[in-house]
Amino acid sequence: MITFNQFVFYLFSAIMVISALRMITVRNPVHAVLHLVLTFFTAAVLWVQLGAEFLGIVLVLVYVGAVMVLFLFVVMMLDINIARMREGFVRFLPVGLVVALIMLGEMLVVLTGRVFRLAPPPMPPAGYSNTEALAGVLYTGYVYPFEIAAFVLLVAIIAAIALTLRRRPGTLHQDPAEQIRVRARDRLRIVKMDAEKRS
Amino acid sequence: MDGFVSLWNMLPEGLQTLIWILVKIVVIVLPLILAVAYLTYAERKIIGYMQIRIGPNRVGPRGWLQPIADTVKAMFKEVVVPTHANRYLFLTAPLLAFAPALAAWAVVPFDEGLVLADINAGLLYILAMTSLGVYGVLIAGWASNSKYALLGSMRVAAQIVAYEIAMGFALVGVLMAAGSLNLSEIVHAQSGGPGQWFAWPLIGLFAVYFISGVAETNRAPFDVAEGESEIVAGFHVEYSGMAFAIFFLAEYANMILISVLTSIMFLGGWLSPFEGTLLESWFAWVPGIVWLGLKTAFFLLLYLWFRATFPRYRYDQIMRLGWKVLIPVTIVWIFGEGIAIALGWQPWLSGGA
Amino acid sequence: MSFSLSSLIPLLPEILLAAMACLVLVVDAFLSDERRAWSWFLSQASLVVALIVLWRVAGEGSLLAFDGQFVLDRLAGLLKAGVLVLALVAFSYSRPWLQERGVFRGEYFVLGLFAVLGMMILISAGSLLVLYLGLELMSLSLYAMVAFMRNDGRASEAAMKYFVLGAIASGMLLYGMSILYGVTGSLDLMEINRILLRAGQVDTAVLFAMAFIIAAIAFKLGAVPFHMWIPDVYQGSPTAVTLFIGSAPKLAAFAMVVRLLVEGLDTAQHQWRDMLMVLVVLSLLVGNLAAIAQTNIKRMLGYSTVSHIGFLLLGFVAGTGAGLAASLFYTLIYAIMALAAFGLIMALSRKGFESEELADFRGLNDRSPWLAGLMLLVMFSMAGVPLTAGFYAKLVVIEAIVEVDLVWLAVFAVVMSVIGAFYYLRVVKLMYFDKPIDEPVPARPVDVEVLLGGNALLVLLLGLMPGLLMTLCRQAVL
Repeated sequence: MITFNQFVFYLFSAIMVISALRMITVRNPVHAVLHLVLTFFTAAVLWVQLGAEFLGIVLVLVYVGAVMVLFLFVVMMLDINIARMREGFVRFLPVGLVVALIMLGEMLVVLTGRVFRLAPPPMPPAGYSNTEALAGVLYTGYVYPFEIAAFVLLVAIIAAIALTLRRRPGTLHQDPAEQIRVRARDRLRIVKMDAEKRS
Repeated sequence: MDGFVSLWNMLPEGLQTLIWILVKIVVIVLPLILAVAYLTYAERKIIGYMQIRIGPNRVGPRGWLQPIADTVKAMFKEVVVPTHANRYLFLTAPLLAFAPALAAWAVVPFDEGLVLADINAGLLYILAMTSLGVYGVLIAGWASNSKYALLGSMRVAAQIVAYEIAMGFALVGVLMAAGSLNLSEIVHAQSGGPGQWFAWPLIGLFAVYFISGVAETNRAPFDVAEGESEIVAGFHVEYSGMAFAIFFLAEYANMILISVLTSIMFLGGWLSPFEGTLLESWFAWVPGIVWLGLKTAFFLLLYLWFRATFPRYRYDQIMRLGWKVLIPVTIVWIFGEGIAIALGWQPWLSGGA
Repeated sequence: MSFSLSSLIPLLPEILLAAMACLVLVVDAFLSDERRAWSWFLSQASLVVALIVLWRVAGEGSLLAFDGQFVLDRLAGLLKAGVLVLALVAFSYSRPWLQERGVFRGEYFVLGLFAVLGMMILISAGSLLVLYLGLELMSLSLYAMVAFMRNDGRASEAAMKYFVLGAIASGMLLYGMSILYGVTGSLDLMEINRILLRAGQVDTAVLFAMAFIIAAIAFKLGAVPFHMWIPDVYQGSPTAVTLFIGSAPKLAAFAMVVRLLVEGLDTAQHQWRDMLMVLVVLSLLVGNLAAIAQTNIKRMLGYSTVSHIGFLLLGFVAGTGAGLAASLFYTLIYAIMALAAFGLIMALSRKGFESEELADFRGLNDRSPWLAGLMLLVMFSMAGVPLTAGFYAKLVVIEAIVEVDLVWLAVFAVVMSVIGAFYYLRVVKLMYFDKPIDEPVPARPVDVEVLLGGNALLVLLLGLMPGLLMTLCRQAVL
């Protein structure tokens, strides 16, 4: 008999694994992105179930809510020719598989066994809020890396703007304020002329 | 009755939890849908009066049954799937728009202790859920296989991502003032009379939050996603019948959600506006949910009022307002608030203490 | 956890630099094009101020901050001062070049300042996390600098290659770091070293992590077989950027190797020396041989960098204190030489004539004996002709390697540098014995003239009197 928690866990893990697989197997890039979104979402659910509610929700907020939206945006705008991208796929598949298997084997050889000495973390006490706990660590012990990360992001912003902002000379645009400020006498010149004499 | 209880006890524990949750959900969702139905009625009536018309008055007395008639009509209409549209996604899109609009209600406290899930990170959860709604719109636009729909959904994506930032920052201000992410505690932090409501110390963020809320729900004057004068009806051009009705439901449910959240976060939620005054005991019998309802109704009225009053923004104006006005305002405000908290200016900002 | 503002004093140079970079960014946005020189001036001023503050802050022994995440020891002090001076000179060299080509924009200096900040953070890193972030701050700024002449197709291509390969290297580094963290449970480099020391023998997982870390280091330094980006980036970037990339970041990369391998993974010294040895042999071989075939001097200097990196790593292969000091000395000398070489290339160029083909140097002696003389000095030094700094640097490195009985490696290095001398001397031959091309040498501003002369003569001076710098290097690695 499985408990409710276990049921939720297995349900969402199954969804996650399936959608992750679908993400790399579907032909349509938009579908692939959507499966990725689903994978993120279920991963977030699993984190929340583990008690890491802050991480889970931030995963949804940042990745699903913002990053993937922009990603989807781009994928929808692009006209990706899947047939052409797939041309080499079958040909290189065996090579790729062999490399992947070798790497997997190596990693298994090296990493199996009791290498990672970290004991499982103790269960948090009641009333524990991991949002608070994270904030506590982030703004005290790790404030230095945190600030550096802020500068990395600043540089990314500067770089993005410096590389994409173009001031095109000669573009035409309206300035409503200018249009309203216009007076008739600025544009219209009234010229006095003597009447022509009838000859 | 006893038989019922014993039957209940026979059920496995997991199933019991599941059923309990489902019942709670129904208790929230049913009134919500009813509220949506009558919000549409109110909208048509109020805008009608503002424009010196009468509005719907044929179905039932004073047109009260109009929403019911509309629902029935929508249900019996054919759902047309355009040729070469992506059928599966086309039909999923309305649900993707609707589900987050409902899910967000899970953490909304209607009254003292009256909340489905009293989680610690409620504020973040709300943000996460409201940010998900954009998928429905995006996918609807793409799956419709229509240029207008795609254009509409592209506009939405950019707009929502832009205003989400301002919205998030405004909520950071609330979080700092309340010292908690839990919505009930945010309300508690505002207790002690209307003077304690966050609307006063955070008035800039209050304005930013509500404006971004209007933009997030794609309502006038930010409704370029529909923009009927340029792109017919935007992302839902191709939708008809029930599929369209669900988009409609989602939009209005989101409107109500934003209004409720604004009330909770800036106007003290279920707290009585007469707290700390002589009138407090006179109105002690009024349940908190009524106060919340009244405050919410006020913001809903604002929504309708905007729609009747303002012309639609141009797309670049929307972007400029979002990035160059609202976001800087929030950043400066949060900065000032941080200083106020650090210096311990007590009357309002107790968050740091 | 208590916190006092005085604990931030060791970071004062970094904080100042960061604040000034932001200031330049804001000021620059409001400057008209005619007054753009203010950005340049402010950037230079911030570097000078940071240098002075560093001078005041750095003292005897090592200062720690943030629980050892920040380390200001003698090595850090020396390298940071080096980075600041190199950046200062590089900015001076590039000003006329940028002005002439109409790309004299604030971003170059802002990104440059942030890159310097990243290097300083990297140099002072006491934990894996800070090291990684510093590296990213530096690299990200450099990628953008390479790409910033965006109408230039070659520069964009170079930036793309640099970015993609750099990202792969960062990925490798992170992968190695996360395994290391998994094994030791700590991010602090000293702590990691202590834990590994206590464990006694070296775990396979540690070796696994180390392989990734060394691959990443090789990527960032440009050691063979991870050198592919160097020639393309050196050739493709605007010369003003090549100048910047070719000099100061090498110091930061040196610090990265010291922090990760010598301080963090000292227990596995035996193993990483073997891994580095492979890199050294390949770098010396490929760098020198490929440089012979080049016709573009920037590309040639790119390959020469690869071979210099080989020499630089030799000191680490020795693994002794003397080897480390020799390596540090070599790094500093190399950065100075590269600065002079690219500075000279820039001084000879004008808009429409980049002077980056070898053929453009024909008969330089007839056109400008002064510049030809300076170039001669730099080329001799790079080739390792006696009496120049380059010779002494090679000498100490090889000395260190002989001391640990790796005579075959020493002989190999000597043979390779003799082969390498060929292509440096070819430049000299072109300048002195070929018919001059019809291209006037452009006039230079006074500051560039003085700095260039000083820079090239420093190469000679340090060759004649290496004692002071060598002493500093020895003290730094102790």
